[in-house]
Amino acid sequence: MGSRSSRAAVIPDVDSIRRETGFSQASLLRLYQRFRALDRSEKGYLSRMDLQQIGALAVNPLGDRIIDSFFPDGSQRVDFSGFVRVLAYFRPIEDEDTGIRDSKQPEPLNSRMNKLRFAFQLYDLDRDGKISRQEMLQVLRLMVGVQVTEEQLESIADRTVQEADEDGDGAVSFLEFTKSLEKMNIEQKMSIRILK
Amino acid sequence: MMRAVLPLFLLHLAGATEEPPQKPGLPGEPSPGLALFRWQWHEVEAPYLVALWILVASLAKIVFHLSRKVTSLVPESCLLILLGLVLGGIVLAVAKKAEYQLEPGTFFLFLLPPIVLDSGYFMPSRLFFDNLGAILTYAVVGTLWNAFTTGAALWGLQQAGLVAPRVQAGFLDFLLFGSLISAVDPVAVLAVFEEVHVNETLFIIVFGESLLNDAVTVVLYKVCNSFVEMGSANVQATDYLKGVASLFVVSLGGAAVGLVFAFLLALTTRFTKRVRIIEPLLVFLLAYAAYLTAEMASLSAILAVTMCGLGCKKYVEANISHKSRTAVKYTMKTLASCAETVIFMLLGISAVDSSKWAWDSGLVLGTLVFILFFRALGVVLQTWVLNQFRLVPLDKIDQVVMSYGGLRGAVAFALVILLDRTKVPAKDYFVATTIVVVFFTVIVQGLTIKPLVKWLKVKRSEHHKPTLNQELHEHTFDHILAAVEDVVGHHGYHYWRDRWEQFDKKYLSQLLMRRSAYRIRDQIWDVYYRLNIRDAISFVDQGGHVLSSAGLTLPSMPSRNSVAETSVTNLLRESGSGACLDLQVIDTVRSGRDREDAAMHHLLCGGLYKPRRRYKASCSRHFISEDAQERQDKEIFQQNMKRRLESFKSTKHNICFTKSKLRPRKSGRRKEGVANAEAPNGKPPRDLGFQDTAAVILTVESDDDEESDSSETEKEDDEGIIFVARATSEVLQEGKVSGSLEVCPSPRIIPPSPTCAEKELPWKSGHGDLAVYVSSETTKIVPVDMQTGWNQSISSLESLASPPCTQAQTLTCLPRNPLDAEEPQAPLHLPSDPRPSFAFPPSLAKAGRSHSESSADIPQQQELQPLMGHKDRTHLSPGTANSHWCIQFNRGSRL
Repeated sequence: MGSRSSRAAVIPDVDSIRRETGFSQASLLRLYQRFRALDRSEKGYLSRMDLQQIGALAVNPLGDRIIDSFFPDGSQRVDFSGFVRVLAYFRPIEDEDTGIRDSKQPEPLNSRMNKLRFAFQLYDLDRDGKISRQEMLQVLRLMVGVQVTEEQLESIADRTVQEADEDGDGAVSFLEFTKSLEKMNIEQKMSIRILK
Repeated sequence: MMRAVLPLFLLHLAGATEEPPQKPGLPGEPSPGLALFRWQWHEVEAPYLVALWILVASLAKIVFHLSRKVTSLVPESCLLILLGLVLGGIVLAVAKKAEYQLEPGTFFLFLLPPIVLDSGYFMPSRLFFDNLGAILTYAVVGTLWNAFTTGAALWGLQQAGLVAPRVQAGFLDFLLFGSLISAVDPVAVLAVFEEVHVNETLFIIVFGESLLNDAVTVVLYKVCNSFVEMGSANVQATDYLKGVASLFVVSLGGAAVGLVFAFLLALTTRFTKRVRIIEPLLVFLLAYAAYLTAEMASLSAILAVTMCGLGCKKYVEANISHKSRTAVKYTMKTLASCAETVIFMLLGISAVDSSKWAWDSGLVLGTLVFILFFRALGVVLQTWVLNQFRLVPLDKIDQVVMSYGGLRGAVAFALVILLDRTKVPAKDYFVATTIVVVFFTVIVQGLTIKPLVKWLKVKRSEHHKPTLNQELHEHTFDHILAAVEDVVGHHGYHYWRDRWEQFDKKYLSQLLMRRSAYRIRDQIWDVYYRLNIRDAISFVDQGGHVLSSAGLTLPSMPSRNSVAETSVTNLLRESGSGACLDLQVIDTVRSGRDREDAAMHHLLCGGLYKPRRRYKASCSRHFISEDAQERQDKEIFQQNMKRRLESFKSTKHNICFTKSKLRPRKSGRRKEGVANAEAPNGKPPRDLGFQDTAAVILTVESDDDEESDSSETEKEDDEGIIFVARATSEVLQEGKVSGSLEVCPSPRIIPPSPTCAEKELPWKSGHGDLAVYVSSETTKIVPVDMQTGWNQSISSLESLASPPCTQAQTLTCLPRNPLDAEEPQAPLHLPSDPRPSFAFPPSLAKAGRSHSESSADIPQQQELQPLMGHKDRTHLSPGTANSHWCIQFNRGSRL
């Protein structure tokens, strides 16, 4: 423990980060190493470029949006705590989380709602709290690929929005978004095991 | 229930038993001349008996299912085994010897393959691969563990003197026995678990294990068998090594054979465009070939077929026609269920044959206890290890179900029958023990597992229909996770799946799917397409009652149906896209839904009048050239609709044919489509649209050619496509047509002028097609028919037939008000707000063209109309708006 904590002490603000994200010391350390590896010029922060250099991310249809989610509010750099905070959404939900955390913080980052919120903001580009038809169309365009034509995409987008749209405003609010996914095991589908 | 089966059976039995005396009689009979009647039982005996057995089994199944109570309590497999016991008893009593039994050869070559193919082909592949780690662990480690511990424990039992000394068996014999008795049986597991409905993860683990452990079982069995035959003294150290190596050879080899055949199968179906009829056959043939090849090379045949089914499905389904898909599905299910039935029945019958088995209580009881105990122990140990790595740990209840669900079945029985008595002196005891074990697991555990699952409150599988949202978001999640894994720098499962999918998309699918299929291929699109079809079908199935019945549910609708707050309007609105119940027109979403409405309308029209029209031609039904005539004749609503929907979408949007004829039109439309997208803001250039329409008119003519050489449109069915193509093209014209309609009744004479108006309302092009479609059809093809069809469709759709404006309004508005508070306000709102008004023109147009679609929106629109008129005119050419109106009135009067 001694050696580990001393190594973990390299990380700035370890304790507060741990408290916020709920990551274990070991995974924090691993993430920190990864962070340093991504930060090629050792700036102490990551720029968009750093993330864009991850090869597979370029192929990922949602890669850009996910990179964007690391840079909230138009900032151009993300430090380690910001980096970890995004990844914390994908920490698996553990039983003890609910017990311990509820008293201190109402919602840990990896709660179902927060996981959904993360996904939601990938759709909601203009941040108005609603996935409009246009936004849906954009996502579909990314996801579906070339073999479906624009018109088909539009009809899919229409139907998708309709399906989830309960109040008839032609857009999917976060509430409607969660509702359309209430049958899905988000806790499982939006978690990565190694991020304990 | 026995009684129903009995006569048949006796008949068959009589044939079987009396046959030998008859046979000498036949040649001896002096019949030099022409025999008027000849009894040739002998020649047909074998196939006849097979057919009779299957018939008996099927009838028994029917009888079982007459009583829902029985089948809900007792799994079918138990009933079948019991039936087999009774039948076997009767045979024994009548013939004084056991006639039939489960022959290992028959079992492995004919009965097992269909079941395995069925389960492999319909295996939920995503789920399977998500849990592959656990499945493999249980299948390999678990089976090895079971075999060795059971064998060793039994040997220990014998050493302890608890097994009678008559049972002459050494350690290797017990190990052999352990290896054959330890494998969880896919047939039994499937039969029982399908009725239990545990959650899918649990199911896939147990079931996947039962499929994949075949390789281990086969290897263990063969190795042990050869060791026994060699004699334990002669076994060298290298033999053990070979045994271990053969495990890899057999399993990987089997899987490889399966994958090779899957590849071949997918590739073959790519080229069956013109011989659709053999597509189902190909699937079965190649899968069976995979099985036989693996069997021939003494690899794991079950694994081969499983992998073949699993691997080929995606591509085959994309390649073969829709009908072939249905054929494959049903044939596979039929064969599998048939084989399963026969297996269980024969198991029962085989057990009666007491000459083959010898009883030893110690052995039997010991085996029973050990397999249960070691199975449970093995599951617990493995789960503990697995849970260290699993995102969602398997909890205790899962483990209980998994241990208890370890059913043994026909595979064990067939293997034990295969033993050589000279080499394995204790074979008879083993046979008896196996029978008891199989019966115990299938009957006792099969009976009790359902209550157990209920009692433990195991998470059940919940069937929810896929929704577009779920599908889309699921994909999103996959991509997100893959991306996050990239960021974290951990190449885990998601990473590799992502990789695989990219590889598949880039190379494999390109290679194995025919081009048209590949283009359309997309899961999201698939779901969308299927939802539409389902809505359409259910809509038609419900006939015209849809609007009136308050309890309407469209199958594709998401969870909300179950939620209490569902209001009819909500449902209608949501479902509308597929089924085009038009209440939804009030929504601002335009194009997609309206287009779907249009499609729906086509379907309805087609469905309603087509059979009638076709009857005329149906005298040629017996022609062999079925591709043109017969198939069309036999079309039923569903098919019609599906094709239409499908082709409507696909032809319209995405498949650009290479035909020169079509070119201009297509390209024109393309542009227009683009224009449409931007439409609300700017007006698309007029000339473009004009061009368009002209082209369209041409194509209407050319449709027939197109149809005849269906090669380029890869559609299986010639008919639907044409229509669609035309319909879509006409979509563009719609405005024009409808406009002309008021002026002159026959739409063909349409002056091109109105078209421009339509162009201007880009969205209109989307929905308008109904009108055009209808009108052109009526005049052009079978006017009279159309009329009736039209009437029918209308009457079925809405009971409010004739004067659409006034009546409809009152009728439809009334139900709405109480249900949805928002609706009534909508019309009020709209006039005040110019933006939303945009939504209306389409609906107006639509209403004008076809009231059949929706009685509901018509009134609404009419309310709005006057208001709208002014506003719209700014954007649209006034002529169109008016024309639509007029049409509507025309229609109404006509009707």
